[in-house]
Amino acid sequence: MATMARSFLQAISKDEAVVPPLRVVQIEGLAVLKIIKHCKEFAPTLVTGQLLGLDVGSVLEVTNCFPFPVRDDDEEIEADGANYQLEMMRCLREVNVDNNTVGWYQSTVLGSYQTVELIETFMNYQENIKRCVCIIYDPSKADLGVLALKALKLSDSFMELYRAGSFTGEKLREKNFSWMDIFEEIPIKVSNSALVSAFMTELETDAPVSQGDYDRLHSSTTPFLENNMEFLIKCMDDLSMEQQKFQYYYRNLSRQQAQQQAWLQKRRTENMARKSAGEEPLPEEDLSNPIFKAIPEPSRLESFLITNQVSNFCGQINGVAGQNFSRLYLTKALHEN
Amino acid sequence: MAATSEHTVLQFVAPSSTASGTTSVLTARIHPLVIFNVCDCFVRRPDSAERVIGTLLGSILPDGTVDIRNSYAVPHNESSDQVAVDIDYHHNMLASHLKVNPKEIIVGWYSTGAGVNGGSALIHDFYAREVTNPIHLTVDTGFTNGEGTIKAFVSSNLSLGDRQLAAQFQEIPVDLRMVEAERVGFDVLKATAVDKLPNDLEGMELTMERLLTLIDDVYKYVDSVVEGQKSPDNNIGRIIADAVASLPKLPPQVFDNLVNDSLQDQLLLLYLSSITRTQLSLAEKLNTAAQML
Repeated sequence: MATMARSFLQAISKDEAVVPPLRVVQIEGLAVLKIIKHCKEFAPTLVTGQLLGLDVGSVLEVTNCFPFPVRDDDEEIEADGANYQLEMMRCLREVNVDNNTVGWYQSTVLGSYQTVELIETFMNYQENIKRCVCIIYDPSKADLGVLALKALKLSDSFMELYRAGSFTGEKLREKNFSWMDIFEEIPIKVSNSALVSAFMTELETDAPVSQGDYDRLHSSTTPFLENNMEFLIKCMDDLSMEQQKFQYYYRNLSRQQAQQQAWLQKRRTENMARKSAGEEPLPEEDLSNPIFKAIPEPSRLESFLITNQVSNFCGQINGVAGQNFSRLYLTKALHEN
Repeated sequence: MAATSEHTVLQFVAPSSTASGTTSVLTARIHPLVIFNVCDCFVRRPDSAERVIGTLLGSILPDGTVDIRNSYAVPHNESSDQVAVDIDYHHNMLASHLKVNPKEIIVGWYSTGAGVNGGSALIHDFYAREVTNPIHLTVDTGFTNGEGTIKAFVSSNLSLGDRQLAAQFQEIPVDLRMVEAERVGFDVLKATAVDKLPNDLEGMELTMERLLTLIDDVYKYVDSVVEGQKSPDNNIGRIIADAVASLPKLPPQVFDNLVNDSLQDQLLLLYLSSITRTQLSLAEKLNTAAQML
């Protein structure tokens, strides 16, 4: 008995020390439908909601979710929002729903979700919950017949850097950190209870084609591509602005260094003169001189985020273009017959 | 009050004559989310409860159809002769849901289990105080007849003269709108576990395969009719002719031009996005690798 108790304790303590890395997010079909419904109803406004579930080993299970009301950016509504959340969690607890927050979901437009606010929200959540995930849903892609659901997490190295508070070139080079390392995408698995599965099997109409197929074979994707290109161009503009900031900084830095060198030179000649005259040499550094003030290096966070965004858009364009190819060849083949 | 669903001996006040006329023949339209919700609540019910009840939220469309879009469970206690429903909980949840979507109002209530019994009538009465003519939805989670049936009822009161004697539950047709579920993909929602969500190209592949099977089937059918194995059905023939005729009639040169133009557009986009990607990696190298000192 004593040995069993000890090994149990050991097992518990070992679990506390090692948190296995998150490998899969398992969502219930119910939560998926709820997210889709909420995001689609309020499109194009961006909406958010809370995810509830369990954190088990290397799998994060999301069993339920509830939407947040749209906030009007009013002062009093802050308290209301917290009340709403507590109320919902309490009510759901009464009907035996897991009321353990595991993250949040938000809708996005054309995949442009990498913003500083996202990172800040992540950090906020991370303080209270050991592992949280953010699910992004893109309702505009549903028109193309694709279920655009993604689970994101901030990578650990990024979180350390963020807490340290600086994104200078030195530190980033040390850690060999690139813009791809900020967000980690986690694969999603969908699970359903047996009862739901039985119902769906029975209720499914036996048609060999479904609405999703109709959407996918629709060949007019030009509005989607146009919007994508527009966003892409805007992002490239932002990126070039960030680059200009860096160039400016580097120019200033080199100019300052040249000034420092010139000043140092002058001081040295002065000191030589003084030595020959027998006086005390002046110090070679003068911190009160403004040219010695260190110029702060601009943070690279923005440019990283923008880069992520651009890469996202490129990926989307690639995907849709690929689809279009298949569709075009299909129409060609049909016509030849 | 006892609810009888088969015996209508007493005089029955038909709703169409007394109501304002808009609810004479109701249909209930149910979104798949509601079914998921109900099943989930049933699976999570406390061990002592045999069935689960809850509120249905939705809206009433202008043509009289009731559109049921959302639902939530309400804790209740049921014994042989009395029923207790947690009304505060019900109101709290309603307020919370209304904050998110003020357009979804109460349209009725649901219960799991095959039929309607005495307790249901009392609960229905309670809901009738909240909204006029509530819909009662039964979701048969026990699969009593070997299949899961979903039925919707409205109740009308049976009265003899001035006295209320019973409430009759009349079944109304149910329309299950599976469009959203189909969009998500039935494979994803049907299986107990799906390992990976299909991405763009895999979805296209599936769709193409389905289209091919369909075309094959039609081909086989036409062949068998031509060879005399099956009797020709004029309707099907007409539909097939329509389908084939719906391909746009363009001269081959024009069509080729169209297709080639679109192909070139897509290639251009692909090229642009690859250039952008290269630019990104280049810029990143320049940004972080530059050393001034």
